[in-house]
Amino acid sequence: MNLLGNLSLSQIPYASWIVMTAVGFEIVVALSVLGLITGYGKWGYLWREWLTSVDHKRIGIMYIIVSQVMLLRGFLDAMMMRMQQAVAAGGNQGFLPAHHYDQFFSEHGVIMIFFVVMPFIIGLINIVVPMQIGTRDVAFPFLNSVSLWMVVAAALLLNISLGLGSFAKTGWVAYPPLSEIQYSPGVGVDYYIWVLQLSGFSTLFTGINFFVTIIKRRAPGMGFFRMPLFTWTSFCTVTLILMAFPILTVALALLTLDRYVGTHFFTNDLGGNSMMYVNLFWAWGHPEVYILILPAFGVFSEVTPTFAGKPLFGYKTLVWATIAITVLSFLVWLHHFFTMGAGANVNAFFGMMTMIIAVPTGVKVFSWLFTIYRGRLRFTVPVLWTLGFLITFTLGGMSGVMLALAGNDFVLHNSLFLIAHFHNVLIGGTLFGMFAGFNYWFPKAFGFTLHEGLGKLAFWLWLSGFYVAFMPLYILGFMGMTRRMSHYDNVAWQPYLIVALFGAVLILCGIATMVLQLYVSVRDRAQNRDLTGDPWNGRTLEWSIPSPPPFYNFAITPKVHGIDAFWEYKEHDPKTLPVEYVDIEMPKSTAAGFIVGVLTGVLAFAMIWHIWWSAIASSLAIIGVVIYRAYQEELDYIVPAAEVARIEAGYLNQPKVV
Amino acid sequence: MRGSRTVCNGALTILCGLWLGGCGMDVLHPEGPVGNREVRLITISALLMCLVVLPVFFMTIFFAWRYRADKPRGVYAPEWSYSRKLDIVLWGGPAAIVLALIVINWRATLWLNPYKPLPIKAPVLVVDVVAMDWKWLFIYPDQGIASLNEAAIPTGTQVDFRITSDTVMNVFFIPQLGTQIYAMSGMMTQVHLIAKNPGRYRGLSANFSGPGFPDMRFTTIATSAAGFAAWVKQAQASPAVLDAKGFQFMSGPSGQVPVSFFGHVQPGLFADILAAHDSAAKQLPREDTE
Repeated sequence: MNLLGNLSLSQIPYASWIVMTAVGFEIVVALSVLGLITGYGKWGYLWREWLTSVDHKRIGIMYIIVSQVMLLRGFLDAMMMRMQQAVAAGGNQGFLPAHHYDQFFSEHGVIMIFFVVMPFIIGLINIVVPMQIGTRDVAFPFLNSVSLWMVVAAALLLNISLGLGSFAKTGWVAYPPLSEIQYSPGVGVDYYIWVLQLSGFSTLFTGINFFVTIIKRRAPGMGFFRMPLFTWTSFCTVTLILMAFPILTVALALLTLDRYVGTHFFTNDLGGNSMMYVNLFWAWGHPEVYILILPAFGVFSEVTPTFAGKPLFGYKTLVWATIAITVLSFLVWLHHFFTMGAGANVNAFFGMMTMIIAVPTGVKVFSWLFTIYRGRLRFTVPVLWTLGFLITFTLGGMSGVMLALAGNDFVLHNSLFLIAHFHNVLIGGTLFGMFAGFNYWFPKAFGFTLHEGLGKLAFWLWLSGFYVAFMPLYILGFMGMTRRMSHYDNVAWQPYLIVALFGAVLILCGIATMVLQLYVSVRDRAQNRDLTGDPWNGRTLEWSIPSPPPFYNFAITPKVHGIDAFWEYKEHDPKTLPVEYVDIEMPKSTAAGFIVGVLTGVLAFAMIWHIWWSAIASSLAIIGVVIYRAYQEELDYIVPAAEVARIEAGYLNQPKVV
Repeated sequence: MRGSRTVCNGALTILCGLWLGGCGMDVLHPEGPVGNREVRLITISALLMCLVVLPVFFMTIFFAWRYRADKPRGVYAPEWSYSRKLDIVLWGGPAAIVLALIVINWRATLWLNPYKPLPIKAPVLVVDVVAMDWKWLFIYPDQGIASLNEAAIPTGTQVDFRITSDTVMNVFFIPQLGTQIYAMSGMMTQVHLIAKNPGRYRGLSANFSGPGFPDMRFTTIATSAAGFAAWVKQAQASPAVLDAKGFQFMSGPSGQVPVSFFGHVQPGLFADILAAHDSAAKQLPREDTE
């Protein structure tokens, strides 16, 4: 038996200067980060305060760091594709050979969905939800840490695939039989499978964690119909995660069996049927779309009332619309393959369900509009993202409903019209929402506000970049251009693709502006301190505690008397200050989550390269660590009332800025 | 119906006029009844959606401008958060539009059912299509001929394309004729198309199928009955014979394959190709392109 499985130095793509440059760049960045940490002597601090932390705020921040780093990577893939398609017309093959281009679009999809948007959403949920429901931590703090480190391990594996072997060349959906061993014999699809399994399990754990947290740990008085909208949409998102992600796990497991032990679930031969995979994939994939968008809806539902100075229009309507979307999202999956030969009535039914889902979504848009109506709207950065969202997302909704008609889909399926549509809702919906949330809750997480001017500039660059990059793609769809083409013969498409490249450059400027915004804000943090804990005149509980909050969030567990709990408090009871502190029980930090995360990464790597001894050893080690952790006693510690009083006094003595 | 058709066609002309004078908009300039029906559907659904989309655009900009905090107009209602009447309109408006779309969609989907012959009186021609790595094989069972990467069809004829794959999933698509459909091994899908005018129409695969995918194109020659007969004659003149062995030989991966013809085709070959993927015969792995 070979100790290194299929691994050998010949798996490094030396010959490709593009890949080797990228690998070199990644190694330089990684080494300089490690060097800086060593230089400043921060390893101990990092280990004690971050890597082993089970504090939901810190885990949330680390999730968002992962998502932002991966955004750069995923965007680099996008730039490569835009540059390639801008030149590879007629006889020109461009600068990327097919096997690189095919990896880039597969990676781009996987990275943007699983490693940018998902960690961004989960990071925000981590930071905000416990504070919004008035609790000190999540239901399972250790599991939360496991979730984080599993997704970090998966992200690292994905980056390793660049320089060791290759990633999948199948598109991010990896339809068999193309993804079967017969047609994709390399390690690419195995990287895909194991990266997604790690990320999927991590997401499932987060789902369990927040489902229980929201049900069991709400502050006294906070009934379901008093929960803030972001908590509501997060609740629906984690419910969808619980129901949908196991389907992905199973679909990938069956594909794994096909590839590793020669079963025939999805193969061409011996009774296999690839359409089963397609059904399973989208039975997960469509709820996933709503997993991605609902938290963004939640952010807009927090931002609009806060900055319009009015309660949300139709709180109950919005909640019911969210629940309706949650239920309906399981009944539309077939619209991803109307053209796979289903009967006319089946197609018409799924088209109908898809269009019905547009109704609650439309209602939500109008609710936000009527929250602004007769308000006093402050044009802050989160508000700009919200307004940009309202127009852009509505346009995406329009193209979505158009695709829901099977007859339209018969000519637009798999075309660039489809690509434009889902980027329209994912960027204009989810990503704009996450950026709004980032700017909105940043002062809560870090204690200082982000630079307004640069934030606004970033917004305008992103917005204009989005339209310049994706409107040509809608037109190209009507011109009959399909997705995933490394080159094309029809030169009539080229001008549009050159315009699209220009749009991508604008977005690049937007991303650069965001980096600059972060740098300037951190540099000038002394001037931008939020000493009130409530920089926006907020309405929900997270604004009732200092920024950044003490590790226990609430010195006194709040009592809730209505929707917009903190607003009511400010309106009716502004003089009451907590005086009698009690002992607080908090979870201890643990290295177990970090270790489990690293071990799952080792396990996945071993499975990809068929290093069986390592796979067995790391599996046993994971079980061992979990059992050890399960038998550990004293997982919590007590913060004495006197200590709480001392910390709180520190906040009260801050000079108040009104 | 006639009125709405005029409106649609008018709107479509304007839309096409805006976009590069309609140049190269294959999907929006169909050459057959299936594509025509689909373009009409695209136009109707886009116009109906505008009923809700345009007000949203207007309200977003107008409300944001009117109620901006630094120079507000209109009253401030800091406590107002619900109106039952408004709520009913907000649910009812989109619901009414969606209801209309559902009815339109159901009717169109039944009409466009790719398996069914179109409700149009026209002679029928059967063409068997096999998606291969990375080329298209067309078998004309009634003419006993086959062609690679080129398909001729007589205009005004209902062409019954019967589609399968010898390899991974592909999609059979001629943008200017309408409806695309997946090609999957061991399974047969079908699409009925009619070309109204003579011309050469681009055909392609609309589903990624590996490194040779971008070159997996074919030409559809829509021509008169006489032109079609001439094309068939040309193919029949080819000495090449397509039998199971020849097919097996061709089945390996190859790209940018030039157009070629087979004067004779082994009868029942298409059924054999379909059945082959149910048998235990294992194919050799495709060469890795790394």
